[in-house]
Amino acid sequence: MRITLHVWRQKNAKEAGSFVRYDVPDVSEHMSFLEMLDVVNEGLIAKGQDPIAFDHDCREGICGMCGFMINGAAHGPLRGTTVCQLHMRKFSDGDELWLEPWRAKAFPVLRDLAVDRSALDRIIAAGGFISVPTGSAPEANALPVPKEKAELSMDAAACIGCGACVAACPNASASLFTAAKVTHLGLLPQGQPERSRRAIAMVAAMNENGFGHCTNLAECEAACPKAISIETIARMNRDFFAASFSSRD
Amino acid sequence: MSSVASVGSRARVARVWQAPIGKKAVMALTGVVLFGFVLGHMLGNLQIYLGSEQIDHYAVLLRSSPKLLWAVRGVLLVALVLHFVSAAQLKSISRAARPDDYRKYDPQRSTLGARTMLGSGLLLLAFVVYHLMHFTFGNAHPDFEELKVHHNVVTGFQEWPVSVSYIVAMVFLGMHLRHGLWSMFQSLGVSHPRYTPALRTFATVFAVVIVIGNVSIPIAVLAGLIG
Ligand code: HEM
Ligand code: FES
Repeated sequence: MRITLHVWRQKNAKEAGSFVRYDVPDVSEHMSFLEMLDVVNEGLIAKGQDPIAFDHDCREGICGMCGFMINGAAHGPLRGTTVCQLHMRKFSDGDELWLEPWRAKAFPVLRDLAVDRSALDRIIAAGGFISVPTGSAPEANALPVPKEKAELSMDAAACIGCGACVAACPNASASLFTAAKVTHLGLLPQGQPERSRRAIAMVAAMNENGFGHCTNLAECEAACPKAISIETIARMNRDFFAASFSSRD
Repeated sequence: MSSVASVGSRARVARVWQAPIGKKAVMALTGVVLFGFVLGHMLGNLQIYLGSEQIDHYAVLLRSSPKLLWAVRGVLLVALVLHFVSAAQLKSISRAARPDDYRKYDPQRSTLGARTMLGSGLLLLAFVVYHLMHFTFGNAHPDFEELKVHHNVVTGFQEWPVSVSYIVAMVFLGMHLRHGLWSMFQSLGVSHPRYTPALRTFATVFAVVIVIGNVSIPIAVLAGLIG
């Protein structure tokens, strides 16, 4: 099939970008979206032009490196899927697709569709960890974890940190990302010692890194390739209020 | 005395207010106050269907204790100001968070009403000012008589452009409440797969009830059912 792409081309964060049109004939429906871009890039390189920059790594939906907007939807039209796992059979012959990078103050454009997401790492560094002594692994059965908590924690731990939640949010809020981490660690016994400080520090880090606030639109939940629920955001809010008013610090 | 020191309460309040989550909590709590008022106000308004004596008597009743009246007005004013200040500050945060907007953006989940809370809110603010000038202070009313509510309402709404502006404002109120009434629970940390869907239904039903209850009055006046 034949696809028309309008790709956001931008040299770096300083320079202005614009859409460039590419006609892609002979797209196989079996290609993944990124493979289709690989083909476009091979053509560009053969013509001595700059290939389209986009992030990717595992190409199997688990690393969180890939992601851009397709026709205004983060990771494209398919729910619960990263763009590397999106296949061209989801599109039809003659489709016109507009590709834009994640747009947020906290995610400066590196080049074309690739953005710098280290602001998410800084939120993690503020509190998205547990402090455990290194050494031999503890006896797994020594610490009971209720089944329901383990499941809910695992649902949140599915977050791959791709940034689609920020990209899809009209306020460029990192609430779903942060809430997923707060939920994942806060539900487990191992996460308890730092639970209060984590909530306060990670919430502050969202703000300091220039992300917006949550208006409960659930655009993040719709865009999340792991379909993480905004219920986690309510849990983060709860932890934040509890920590703010009841903890000693 | 405990061996663990504790952060002072002023620092705690400052920390919560600093966080957008804290400002959202303020919006939610002041939203509850405003919603309570809107509900009570609609029930008061509906007494117009019980005749002029009933509603005029109700107006006298409301004014029977100036202290209480001004206390309630004070609470509402403070709630409105805090709600507005939070909304304005949050908007500036989110505007700064996306300085370069998408050329194409296709919302997948949210309703238009939910995405335009600031717009509907500002419209409501303008409406509140006009409404007070119209029916409370009377300076925007062609034939205002103190405490003659029935007369004021009927003569006020007989001008159709006035009725239309009230109806439009109520539609915006309905949109604001349809999102706000469930969103406030989420903001305060209350969310559950079992209850949240019911809450969203409740919010929609309530918003519709408020709109219909209030809108029925100008329509009844224009239709000659009250006069
Ligand atoms: C001064 C005029 C008003 C403005 C500018 C305004 C603005 C807003 C905005 C922007 C939000 C969404 C906040 C967010 O999602 O970040 C909101 C929420 C809300 N508003 Fe208003 N509003 C106004 C008046 C009212 C009135 C008159 C009522 C009640 C009848 C009301 C009830 C609510 C409720 C219940 C919420 C939900 C709070 C939450 O999401 O946690 N607002 N308002
Ligand atoms: S490339 Fe790893 S998730 Fe898409």
